[in-house]
Amino acid sequence: MTLVVILTLYPFLYILAASFSDQLFIQQGKVGIIPKGFNLDAYKLVFEFPMIGRSYWNTVVYTVTGTLVSVLLTVCAAYPLSRKSMLGRKFFTGVILLPMIFAGGIVPTFLIVNAMGMRNTIWAIIIPGAVSSFYVFIQRTFFEAIPQELEEAARIDGCSHMQILLRMILPLSLPSLVTIGLFYAVGQWNSFFPAMLYLSDKSMHPIQLLLRDIVIMNQTDSVLTGAAADERAMIGESVKFATIMVATVPILLVYPFIQKFFVQGAMVGSIKG
Amino acid sequence: MNARDGTPRPVPVNTAARGARNRKALTRLGKRLMNEYHLYLIFLPVLIYYLIFRYMPIIGSVVLSFIDFNMFKGIADSPWVGLKHFLQFFDSIYFWRLLRNTLMINLLNLVFVFPMPILFALLMNEVRSKILKRSVQTISYLPHFVSTVIMASMAVTFLSPSIGFVNNLLASFGGERIAFLQKPEYFWGIYTVLDIWKTMGWSAILYFAALTGINGELYEAAMVDGANRWKQMLNITLPGILPTIIIMLLLKIGHMLDIGYEVILLLYNPSTYETADVINTYVYRKGVIEASYSFSSAVGLFQSVIGLILIVAANRLARKYADSSMW
Repeated sequence: MTLVVILTLYPFLYILAASFSDQLFIQQGKVGIIPKGFNLDAYKLVFEFPMIGRSYWNTVVYTVTGTLVSVLLTVCAAYPLSRKSMLGRKFFTGVILLPMIFAGGIVPTFLIVNAMGMRNTIWAIIIPGAVSSFYVFIQRTFFEAIPQELEEAARIDGCSHMQILLRMILPLSLPSLVTIGLFYAVGQWNSFFPAMLYLSDKSMHPIQLLLRDIVIMNQTDSVLTGAAADERAMIGESVKFATIMVATVPILLVYPFIQKFFVQGAMVGSIKG
Repeated sequence: MNARDGTPRPVPVNTAARGARNRKALTRLGKRLMNEYHLYLIFLPVLIYYLIFRYMPIIGSVVLSFIDFNMFKGIADSPWVGLKHFLQFFDSIYFWRLLRNTLMINLLNLVFVFPMPILFALLMNEVRSKILKRSVQTISYLPHFVSTVIMASMAVTFLSPSIGFVNNLLASFGGERIAFLQKPEYFWGIYTVLDIWKTMGWSAILYFAALTGINGELYEAAMVDGANRWKQMLNITLPGILPTIIIMLLLKIGHMLDIGYEVILLLYNPSTYETADVINTYVYRKGVIEASYSFSSAVGLFQSVIGLILIVAANRLARKYADSSMW
């Protein structure tokens, strides 16, 4: 048990410690989970490099816009499918289900996105992966859990489906909308693959892609465009760690608050999905 | 008015009244249709979305696989070549390598990654302190929220020959520093460990749920019969979560050829292609980077078809032996 905890936490603590440490100590491998040569230089640099700030902002924009679009479309899919009165409900459920088992693959999707002229636009990041069939089914299950009597009452009062959805169902299912929204948001915040496929323009890259460039590919030049020569020399290990921290902290901060929702959502989805 | 004294209402016989009633019924039907119409209106954007981004790629991958697609000629004018791309793939030296890597990584996953959450959940089940239980669980979910890039970054840092923790440890015991990520023989192991780290806690959620569903009286009865903790686990807990385990196992088998290729894409390099290259990453390299659209579509289609067969077969098995199925 303790082993699990240690193995899970150690990488986080190490990176946290390393991001506050002096480069020299990191290179000598002397940093454990307590920072050595404590300083904030790395963070100062992270926020000063124009590329890091830029891609961080991109990630925020992609996440907010993407989540809104995703939640909207998911509701549009889940609500009709949750109504027993919808003709052809089974068929449409199948339409949503099939791509979960049989997907077209990277290449045809890539060609379609290109053909639609989405390349190097925010839409290439947001649209192709906007709806997840899995979350549609989770949301549908939530909608189905709302008592039918409420809807019948509203019907008698002359509400249309649109009105019922907007005035009654949505406010009632706020917790589930938040859950689904956060699922999407975490996914979007963490994603790098669509950006890698569709964005050749570096000024549009999200933070994850930048991280890949500097940590994994070791291409520091993309971060340093516009930085002075003496700054170039300074980018090093601690800056990498600081960037990792900056990219991860928002999610780790949100997560304890929403954990309950997450767990519930995941369970509902997997049991009934 | 008539209801109170019990006299029956006069039955409307004149046609005008009947017409009015019919009109009323018609408008009611119309209203209902209007309501339904709203449902379809709401659903329409999603339908269009699915047609373009989910179904067109499926059709596209089938069509592209059988022609020699040329960007400038378009799909209609590109020549039909039948099975050429498939045969070319089966004949290439990559075929067996990709198949072996894909299957081996999945097999390792099945043997090492799959049982971990079950063990973890069983272990947690024995913990009596609620606070401890909850906090350990919370910590175990953390890696699930870390992006693949960050997980890969961590792997790169920890395995780095110069500053990596693992190599420092090796060196302090007098061992030699190893460039783990440059050596094909370590790739499967690294991938498996990362997979366990990222998924264990989160996958355990399902088993936790299954565990809470077990009737507590069974344990009391077992205790009366003198069964110890170990016996209880073996005879009550394990059978209790067995259906969940089987379903998860079948789901996994259904996705045998699908691998979390994003991690591989981040961690592999030409010197480790030997063991790290899987069908998905190959499709990416061939299709997106080298622009062999038709060939890579055929490879992708091959994977999807095998995957579909596996899913259908797994579902059959589930129905037959586990009394539950995915659909």
